[in-house]
Amino acid sequence: MADVPVTAGDGVRRRDFLNVAAVSFAGVGAVAAISPLLVQMSPPADVLALSTTEVDISKVQRGQGIKTVWRKQPVFVRNLTDKEIAEANAVPLSDLRDPETLQQRTKAGHTNWLITLGVCTHLGCVPLGIGEGENKGPYGGYFCPCHGSMYDTAARIRQGPAPKNLVVPDYNFTSPTTVVIGAKG
Amino acid sequence: MSFSWAKPYEPKQPFMRWLDERLPLPRLVYGAIGGGYPVPRNLNYWWNFGVLAGLFLTIQIVTGIVLAMWYFASADGAFNSVEHIMRDVNAGWALRYIHMNGASFFFIVTYIHIFRGLFYGSYKAPRELVWMLGLVIYLLMMATAFMGYVLPWGQMSYWGAQVITGFFSAFPLVGEPVRVWLLGGYAPDQAALTRFFSLHYLLPFVIAAVVVLHIWALHIPGSSNPTGVDVKEEKDTLPFHPFYTAKDGWAAAAFLTVFALFVYFAPNYLGHPDNYIPANPLATPAHIVPEWYFWPFYAILRAFTVDFILPAKLWGVLAMFSSILILFFLPWLDKSPVRSGSYRPVFKRFFLLLVLDVLILGFCGGAPATPLYVAISQLAAAYYFAHFLIILPLVSAFERTLPLPDSISSSALHGEKKEAAPAGITPRRGATAIAE
Repeated sequence: MADVPVTAGDGVRRRDFLNVAAVSFAGVGAVAAISPLLVQMSPPADVLALSTTEVDISKVQRGQGIKTVWRKQPVFVRNLTDKEIAEANAVPLSDLRDPETLQQRTKAGHTNWLITLGVCTHLGCVPLGIGEGENKGPYGGYFCPCHGSMYDTAARIRQGPAPKNLVVPDYNFTSPTTVVIGAKG
Repeated sequence: MSFSWAKPYEPKQPFMRWLDERLPLPRLVYGAIGGGYPVPRNLNYWWNFGVLAGLFLTIQIVTGIVLAMWYFASADGAFNSVEHIMRDVNAGWALRYIHMNGASFFFIVTYIHIFRGLFYGSYKAPRELVWMLGLVIYLLMMATAFMGYVLPWGQMSYWGAQVITGFFSAFPLVGEPVRVWLLGGYAPDQAALTRFFSLHYLLPFVIAAVVVLHIWALHIPGSSNPTGVDVKEEKDTLPFHPFYTAKDGWAAAAFLTVFALFVYFAPNYLGHPDNYIPANPLATPAHIVPEWYFWPFYAILRAFTVDFILPAKLWGVLAMFSSILILFFLPWLDKSPVRSGSYRPVFKRFFLLLVLDVLILGFCGGAPATPLYVAISQLAAAYYFAHFLIILPLVSAFERTLPLPDSISSSALHGEKKEAAPAGITPRRGATAIAE
């Protein structure tokens, strides 16, 4: 076959366009075919369906806490004492690694209820301090045994390797004694 | 490939000749690990560990395939299926203990193999790709070992998965979504367990494929040797078979004896008792550490405690990954033309310090994160990076190396005449050392 340029001048032939178009089309198709392989890795519908958990807090006295489960992760629900609230409010924000006030971390009218994930923000261990007699650490909140992160009574990081405060999930009070975790109020 | 004096494959039986003309597979084997592969005659015992690593890869694949016939990758059933293998399956305890300790021994021989390469300059031209492919194998081994450790779904399995996938959450913005995507949930659960099992089954075969590339790349220049001097003539080499098949066979028997001591007399010595407690997503074990072969990296991870521009957690994760990635640049960090550490007096001392440093890191990584051990880890981690980034380039620039032997044979051959003489008779004095 004679190699005759179809278009003269700039050296780009009609055949070049066809080659680029055909390979691009196949390339886009191949990338599209990979997408199910990637999205299948994300949490499936049944995991997402567990996105809210209803917790009855009527039996939790002041100074006590319970551990519950939301999206397969531990959640700490703690009924703070007035002393613990005062301690949290006494800390100047400039002393904090991840500055937040107790008010920002609780719901108005329910400032004694501190609800956080029980997942250390360092590498995901469950901190101690929610159960009766567990080590609460020097700041009276939580203590992570894995790498020694210490949280205060507002579950804010005070010392150790964790970069952030314990995460406050979305939740709202549907009655004075019922909390739904995972739903915005 | 190989040297001009390498013996070509000559099939003797008619069937082998028939096969060779159609599919030269025996020819390939003969040229790779048979009489057709000439090897330097002066290899010492440190050169046995490559073959030993291949042996342990085989042991892991064979026992793993059998264990997978009994194992259930389900969050409810995984722990019990492993206990079922241990208690009820015929010889199940042996298969599992071999697989469990086989992983540790695979790492032992691989670490010796890597440090052999570090001391004798096996990463230098023309073997840079052999070295880098070896590091790829090492990275794949670490991924495979981690995912395998998750499968029994005990406490250490579960919290190991939680902590190691937690590394990814250190990266800003994308970190947490990537972690959830890797786990297929918000915490390790069924989705994570099943995908780890799938990949744990796949990756050993990927390792085997990279091993083929590693050996292929090695056989282009041929094996290195303890003097680091290039092979010059036939006298410098011996055919792989029978000389090195015999020596590797001896080393394999010796090492398998040590392996058997662990498998049959201390099968849980290298493991953690907490992993015989079923996974509990609501309680973290008090002292959580990875398997021993990850301790040096775990120590580097924990060495970063202060935020400096980036959060301490991100520094730790970056440093841990860098500690391995830095090894890919070794051929260009150490520019000394002398390969073997035996002829590099300054390098040799720093090499021993590096070995000591890695052992200290390993010890600190396995110890609880008390301020003392964290401080030691910080010094040792700093020294680790200084060794590769500062010491090696400077040593290779300023070191006065010792004179190299003229050839492998002149360095290796001496006293053969005396050995060959009848007992009690001393051969004529003044006999030359070479080629007697």
